[in-house]
Amino acid sequence: MIYTAGIDVGSTYTKAVVLSEDDQIVGRGLLNTGFKLAEAGGRALSKALEQAGLAQDDLAYVASTGYGRFQVPFRNVNVTDLTAAAHGTRFFFPRTQTVLDVGGQTMKASRLDGAGKVKSFRLNDKCAAGTGAFLEKTARYMGFTTEEIGPLVATSKEVVPISGVCAVFAESEVINCLSQGYAPADIMHGAIVSLVDRSVQLMKRVQVEPEVTLIGGILRFETMAGVVREKLKMAVNVPEGDLVQFTSALGAALLARRRLHKAWPERSRRLGEQDVPAESVLAA
Amino acid sequence: MAYAAGVDVGSTQTKAIILNENRQIVSRSLIDTGANVVLAAENAYAEALKNGDIREEEVQYVVGTGYGRYKVTFGDTQITEISCHGRGSVHMFPGTRTVVDMGGQDTKAIRVNARGEIIDFCMNDKCAAGTGRFLGAAATALEIPLTELGPTALRADKPVKISTTCTVFAESEVISWLGKGKKIEDILLGVHQSIVSRSLGLMRRVGIESEVTFTGGVALNVGVVHVLNEALGFPVNVGAESHFMGAVGAALFAMDRILSRRVPAGAARACEVPDQREWGSASAGVRVEEAA
Repeated sequence: MIYTAGIDVGSTYTKAVVLSEDDQIVGRGLLNTGFKLAEAGGRALSKALEQAGLAQDDLAYVASTGYGRFQVPFRNVNVTDLTAAAHGTRFFFPRTQTVLDVGGQTMKASRLDGAGKVKSFRLNDKCAAGTGAFLEKTARYMGFTTEEIGPLVATSKEVVPISGVCAVFAESEVINCLSQGYAPADIMHGAIVSLVDRSVQLMKRVQVEPEVTLIGGILRFETMAGVVREKLKMAVNVPEGDLVQFTSALGAALLARRRLHKAWPERSRRLGEQDVPAESVLAA
Repeated sequence: MAYAAGVDVGSTQTKAIILNENRQIVSRSLIDTGANVVLAAENAYAEALKNGDIREEEVQYVVGTGYGRYKVTFGDTQITEISCHGRGSVHMFPGTRTVVDMGGQDTKAIRVNARGEIIDFCMNDKCAAGTGRFLGAAATALEIPLTELGPTALRADKPVKISTTCTVFAESEVISWLGKGKKIEDILLGVHQSIVSRSLGLMRRVGIESEVTFTGGVALNVGVVHVLNEALGFPVNVGAESHFMGAVGAALFAMDRILSRRVPAGAARACEVPDQREWGSASAGVRVEEAA
């Protein structure tokens, strides 16, 4: 069996996936990135290998992605977040044309062509108001942790409008809402709606086409997908469970396998892959 | 002796100033605004009265300003902080033509005439980048007190270029620079340069005319003053009142009001016009309507 790995070093979390040649995710690792990016990548991969019962020598190829992709010392190749996200998304939902990826510090919308290549994209990486950091801050101002956001919002009965222009200004806004007697769950719901409004704008700018697939750590909060569906008036795909968070890491592992095929055709014949256009291996 | 007070309820701190009839500052106070804005205004005012040993009834007029000015429930009227910073700056530094006010949550560039009236202004109100909070985030990330930021930054020799705009992201950028082994002072100078470059952008939009007076809480930071002076090529006016400038301006407007009331009956009519223009109050509007 040939194994490849994908490591997604994100701004907040680092994710690793070990993939077997028969398309099984045999190991996953997740941890906080912190500020030692190289270390985070290594530790996430160790976790994934441990779960798979494999050693690093068992990996034929390792691809890194995410904002810290250049800091992973043992990578064989690095791929952009957008390419990795596209491949991971197509793996779960082959008819995806629009991808929305909401992470801790970025929000990205991309349009894919028939071959799964990124045709156009828009991203927000200058301002925390459109990212997971906004929800995290809003929760923290009210005394909740990130993990508590999901269960909290599930109890919401109405939406308190939150302007969402700035994650820092949200503090005063949240305090204001609390002092007016609004429930934290409803305020949190409002924060999610304001985040979704931004994501919908971003998707419109890449000319959103179905099917739409949502990925990224923020999609762990089920309310998020519901609000997107409502605002976009379109069905949306969401990878099951916490796989949403691993989609880009999986995409990197898939790309690692393609790269392997290109580098050592005699080995990749055993992988059973056909017709891989060479230029799409490392698009961007 | 009659006194006038100005209470400036800022997003982060609340300032109060009491003036005597000679427009001299006789008392001041400064407290954190916190969550209860009404209480912050009351406490700051009470403290200023106590510091100056002044009884409440001796203060004949109170003007509220700042983002929480409508929460100054005991105030006789409210005036925007833009007018107040302009007025206060020209009073303290008569040559002032441009005011840069850097507070906890917003930064403003204001152009004024010789009377301290506003010609133009520009502010960031959508984003905390380039405000005191940006420095606050760096202080939190580096675990050093706010008062140490400026002096530490001035010890830098190789400033780090801070590339993030957003205050939230700046915190992680600062941490990542630390992780890469950069010195605290070099990172901090980069942070100071980043906030100054944002405020310069605002100042250019209203037009920079010397003298420039620097007001707001960030004016206490020697690092920002130094970087700003270097960027402008001439020194900005900064004084002990810089932090209180909004409250000073508010108190000056309050004193105007007290003194204009005292004008003998015959001269009262002559005073009405500037009075109306300055206050722009609802009653002035009504009077205009009646005249029409």
